[in-house]
Amino acid sequence: MIKTILIDDEPLARSIVREYLQGYSEIEILQECGNGFEGVKAISEHQPDLIFLDIQMPKINGFEMLELIEQPPAVIFTTAFDEYAIKAFEAHAIDYLLKPFSKERFDKAMHAWLANRGNKVTAPLAESISTQPEEHSRIVVKKGNNIVIVPVQQIHFIEAYDDYVKIHTTDGFYLKKKTMSFYENALDATKFVRVHRSYIMNLQELTRIEPLAKDSYLALLKNGAKIPLSQTGYGKLKTVLGI
Amino acid sequence: MFKSIPFALKVGISYLVWAIFCGVCQALTILRFGFRWNEAVTDAIATQTLIALACFIVNKTLRLGLPTTKKIIQALIQPLGLAGLGVMAQECLIVELIKTTDYEVFFANSYPIRLFYNLLMILLISIITWFWGYFRDQQESISRKEDAERLSREAELANLRQQLQPHFLFNSLNSISALVGSQPERARAMIQQLSDFLRGTLKKDDKQLITLTEELAHLQLYLDIEKVRFGHRLETAIHASDESLSLALPSLLLQPIVENAIKFGLYDTLDEIEIDLSARKENNYLIVEVKNPFDPTTASPKKGTGFGLQSVDRRLFLVYGQSSLLTIKQDGNTFITTLKIPQLA
Repeated sequence: MIKTILIDDEPLARSIVREYLQGYSEIEILQECGNGFEGVKAISEHQPDLIFLDIQMPKINGFEMLELIEQPPAVIFTTAFDEYAIKAFEAHAIDYLLKPFSKERFDKAMHAWLANRGNKVTAPLAESISTQPEEHSRIVVKKGNNIVIVPVQQIHFIEAYDDYVKIHTTDGFYLKKKTMSFYENALDATKFVRVHRSYIMNLQELTRIEPLAKDSYLALLKNGAKIPLSQTGYGKLKTVLGI
Repeated sequence: MFKSIPFALKVGISYLVWAIFCGVCQALTILRFGFRWNEAVTDAIATQTLIALACFIVNKTLRLGLPTTKKIIQALIQPLGLAGLGVMAQECLIVELIKTTDYEVFFANSYPIRLFYNLLMILLISIITWFWGYFRDQQESISRKEDAERLSREAELANLRQQLQPHFLFNSLNSISALVGSQPERARAMIQQLSDFLRGTLKKDDKQLITLTEELAHLQLYLDIEKVRFGHRLETAIHASDESLSLALPSLLLQPIVENAIKFGLYDTLDEIEIDLSARKENNYLIVEVKNPFDPTTASPKKGTGFGLQSVDRRLFLVYGQSSLLTIKQDGNTFITTLKIPQLA
């Protein structure tokens, strides 16, 4: 049996996927979820092979939900977003179905997936360049079993940490499997500056810049943290601050 | 090519050509009285230069626009005075330059005709200048009007696009698609609601004022569709006082506000939500309040003043010429959008 979960905040949108799946005897729907929080829980509980995922959902969107899952299953997006918005994540999903979609279109996506299921290519979705508007204003992280939504203004700085980044906030730090350049691009460049290969700093947290040695500087933050500035980082900082 | 020359330069060149033409005529005329070349040319140049100076003064002081009695009197008296002064100046200058008794006598004899000639020239130039200016003003006002019309058309289009949110439309169609299989009657009902809603959106004129009763009827169609989409998660309550129902407001104003409230409420919380709309009359205003729940810990402060609300605020300003008719505030977990619609007459 192939295990699947439907995640969409509109009940009727889930019911149409359920209806279309009726012809597939090998597929079993384990659960229907109305939001990303339920989705994260259901996925870790059932370890499905395939999920149908909406993008615009309460609290956290479909992309943010996927970021919270270590080993994401195969994903078919079902969304009313237009093609333009969808291009960005096209490469990472198995397929995307634009609502309203026909049975033929649905079958095409299913058949393609069923045929290629053997050669598993689960490209990491996390590093999608696509960012929905809300992703510029918050970061969704997982702490233990809790999902935490961190508004960007609460971020002090972001630090590179092997394959992860450490997001330092008012309430301690969170780990997230993303790259520095992702956040450099996603965050508002007038508020967050990549001051070093390994550091992105929230300008509002800056209190002082201290010389460390010849041509090298340290940034002091309000919470007492010290961040090294690279030569180009120092230059960028000066440009943004207008000094 | 000609068009690229600035207007003022074109006018200047035309006047210069005209002055040279008149000067040549004058010099030729004087020659026929038996004076010498140098005398005729000196007279012509001095006369035309001083006339040009007078015309310049008139043009600088001439006020453009539609003629009023005051302006007409000014336009007649000023050239007369300038012509008199001009001829006196010409006399001094020319007699000084030519220094023959013959010419002095000739000038004294031609005094009346010179006065008349000066006056005629100055009047002619001021009339032409006035017409020219008037014509240019007209052209400018036409292009301004065209600009304004283009802008308003663009705004209308943007408004339309915004109201016919593709996201809303496609999700609604998807719901209908889901209902067709299992509950065809409900699918048909929803098609009907969607059609009525779209027709209402297309039909309405942006500047038209309608009664609250009409606006609420249109809003109800929208709410019914959203309720089908979101099922039990969305509840709405509408309270409108009896006297508020006949008050006027611009059409299609409430839908973007309620849409914003629904989005905000539904996407910012996981629970079932209630959108509460109340309307009442206060002094000479129609007050509409829309409340939705939200989560103050995760909502970014900017989110509340989304694009939808901004365009409503803008429209209210365009219709009533007053700002801050739309206000927002947070009260614990409730987000409140308040509209103040002035009632004319």
